[in-house]
Amino acid sequence: MINRKIAPEIKDATAFDITLKPYEKVTLDNGIPVYIIKSDEQDTLQLELVFPGGSWYETENLVASATNFLMKNGSSIHSALEINENIDYYGAYLNRNSHHEYATYTLHCLTKHFETLVPVLQEVIQDPSFPEEELAIFRQNMKQRLAVNLQKCDFVANRHIDKYLFGEFHPYGRVSSMDAYDALQAPILQAFYKQHYTYNNCKIFVAGNLPANLVQLLNNAFGQEKWNGDASIVRADMPVLAAEEKKFRIFNDENGVQGAVRVARPFPNRYHPDFPKMLVLNTIFGGYFGSRLMSNIREEKGYTYGIHSQLYNFRQTSAINIQTEAGRDVCEATIEEIYKELRTLQQEIVPEEELHLVRNFMIGSILGDLDGAFEVIQRWKNLILNGLDENYFYNNIKVIKTITAEELQELAKEYFTPEDFYELVVI
Amino acid sequence: MIHYNKFTLANGLRVIVHEDHTTPMAVVNVMYDVGARDEDASKTGFAHLFEHLMFGGSINIPEYDEPLQMAGGENNAFTTSDLTNYYIQLPAENIETAFWLESDRMLSLAFSEKSLDVQRKVVSEEFKEHYINKPYGDVWHKMRDLAYAVHPYKWMTIGKELSHIENASLEDVKAFFFKYYVPSNAILVVGGQVTTAQVKMLAEKWFGDIPSGQRTQRNLPVEPPQTAAHKLEVKANVPLDALYKCYHMPGRTAKEYYATDLISDILGGGASSRLNQVLVKEKKLFSNIDCYHFGTLDAGLLTIEGKLVKGVKMKDAEKAIQEEIDKIQQTAIPERELQKVKNRVESMLAFEDMGLLNRANNLAFYELIGDAAMMNEEFGQYEAVTSAEMHREAQHLFDEKNSNTIYYYAG
Repeated sequence: MINRKIAPEIKDATAFDITLKPYEKVTLDNGIPVYIIKSDEQDTLQLELVFPGGSWYETENLVASATNFLMKNGSSIHSALEINENIDYYGAYLNRNSHHEYATYTLHCLTKHFETLVPVLQEVIQDPSFPEEELAIFRQNMKQRLAVNLQKCDFVANRHIDKYLFGEFHPYGRVSSMDAYDALQAPILQAFYKQHYTYNNCKIFVAGNLPANLVQLLNNAFGQEKWNGDASIVRADMPVLAAEEKKFRIFNDENGVQGAVRVARPFPNRYHPDFPKMLVLNTIFGGYFGSRLMSNIREEKGYTYGIHSQLYNFRQTSAINIQTEAGRDVCEATIEEIYKELRTLQQEIVPEEELHLVRNFMIGSILGDLDGAFEVIQRWKNLILNGLDENYFYNNIKVIKTITAEELQELAKEYFTPEDFYELVVI
Repeated sequence: MIHYNKFTLANGLRVIVHEDHTTPMAVVNVMYDVGARDEDASKTGFAHLFEHLMFGGSINIPEYDEPLQMAGGENNAFTTSDLTNYYIQLPAENIETAFWLESDRMLSLAFSEKSLDVQRKVVSEEFKEHYINKPYGDVWHKMRDLAYAVHPYKWMTIGKELSHIENASLEDVKAFFFKYYVPSNAILVVGGQVTTAQVKMLAEKWFGDIPSGQRTQRNLPVEPPQTAAHKLEVKANVPLDALYKCYHMPGRTAKEYYATDLISDILGGGASSRLNQVLVKEKKLFSNIDCYHFGTLDAGLLTIEGKLVKGVKMKDAEKAIQEEIDKIQQTAIPERELQKVKNRVESMLAFEDMGLLNRANNLAFYELIGDAAMMNEEFGQYEAVTSAEMHREAQHLFDEKNSNTIYYYAG
């Protein structure tokens, strides 16, 4: 008979040797860099074009995201329907995303269809026409979506907490509005497009099972001309105007049965030496299922379905944000418990057993996250776009493996003082 | 093509091994053949609540999550109307930890009163978060109740009402466990950097001595054909009118399932689908519209749902949907459009199979509905569908008598 009370032997995190598979890099004839991770195990590929076209660079609210969205909705030769038909017919997905810093177009397709799809991608990137009718539909539908979202306490809470942290004029704190949608005009989108989606600002990331003539196809489509001309994009930090008041309560729905709780504070960006250390402390505090917050507030008290603490990955400056939806009558008690857990990490050293577990969990998690070419290129993209290299990645792993309980307590003493946090409840 | 080996332990536990030597990871997936459809109508939400309790400690191991996290692993679970699935991903070197944990909770839970007490509250908050405190959050409660007369799909997996969860007792928990959580009612899939010989050895070692138990024969009420259209008007504090139409459709293992699935893609799959193109873009009646279904094992519901553009009248919106339905009933689907939805399925299946966890989960699912081998035959089933077959299916699927409509008005 086996003794089920005894856990099987495990291999420890510190013994795992994690390597970030290196990329190949080629440069198209016009200078566009292409970063490549090959993998022949599947019949699929992913190609992402990245431009400095995020909200950081817009002068009027929502212009960056509207430009990004509408590029796909009509070119000088094809309607939105024809473009969508061309993509859907081959079972491909062409997703667009606009973030604070960057705007992207990502194609996912079966490798056998890639060659046919490249011209469609080229057209979307180099020849969008921003039809008035598409803009009108976008404006109306986005306003309707916003109206629904504004009834959700979590959506409203997310908007407010970022405003408190960064100020409503900063790209990190600015939020959408009906007025901003109404103000969108096609010529402004067209101008934003021309200035930011240029050949000299483009980076391409490809992963998966790649056709042998990949570089030739990309060169033909994206590497020949100086499309949209040379544009120099200057990125300068912008002033943060954080709220002076620290505590906020908002009633959004008088019949609400839950409240969205947010507790947050500013934190330095990823270039600061405390950042990788905070990734470990944050995991202990609220970053995984067994975290202090989950153990206490969900698994001990049952106040919520889930509670998480996250570290923003923004470029200029970051923040620690604790978020949960809790029963209406236990929102205040939830905030008290969050503060209690913050103080405990300041006052008491993290037990060796718990730190050991979190090290193992984090390393196992990174190992799992690096499984597959799409995941590996994603890591590289984040490093490259932030001007970093593999040393940053390996340093983070080293911190996870070696940080001491004393260092964590020092970190908590500096950053986990409850009075430094904004708190918000939206019911 | 997904490769696997399959064997059954003496106690009836079915084991599938999917070797993938390109990854440093392993996954362990345990699927139990029990879901919300197996619940008592007065104790709904129980299968899902029970899933939460599976993390509350087992007979020999007081904490489930901690040893797994210590081994660098992550896990989660989900419950549907049809089944309950638990999965673990961890570095392959530590795979025995997963066998130890999963086998002990199949052997017996700790049945702690404290865990039940807390999870009742947690699930109540989950219920509120997803179904009460969200605009339109109650619509599926209402729709299932409207569409089903007798079948247990009448209630949602989360439960019919909060009180059912609040009243769950430890006696209920024990009875449920010993009835359904037995080896003969489960499928174990192990994938990743493992060998079949290794999995055989570990499966025998950890699961081999768990008593087989009785596999419960399912005897669910069969939903009779609907003979008249059902309609319901709702007024609620939401900003936009919305329209929901559901039609009874074949279950997951019916031959007609594939044609019906392709019909839903013709109508609502992708930006170029008919409903998106005609009703959102051309006629501008809806700000968004979708057509989908849940792929339930018993006969399910094909759903069309959309939010109306402000100012559009409900009857005009409904008429426009009906025109698209008439079109699909009256006119054969053009070859190119049929090829499009088949290409979409091919691509979707390829992307789905990329993740190791997905592959393990799908192998378990196909084994549960008949045979893991079906996973590799799936695309062939879709490829074989003809335009004539879809045309035939559309006739009774979209019969007015087969419809359930909710008019959801902004109040």
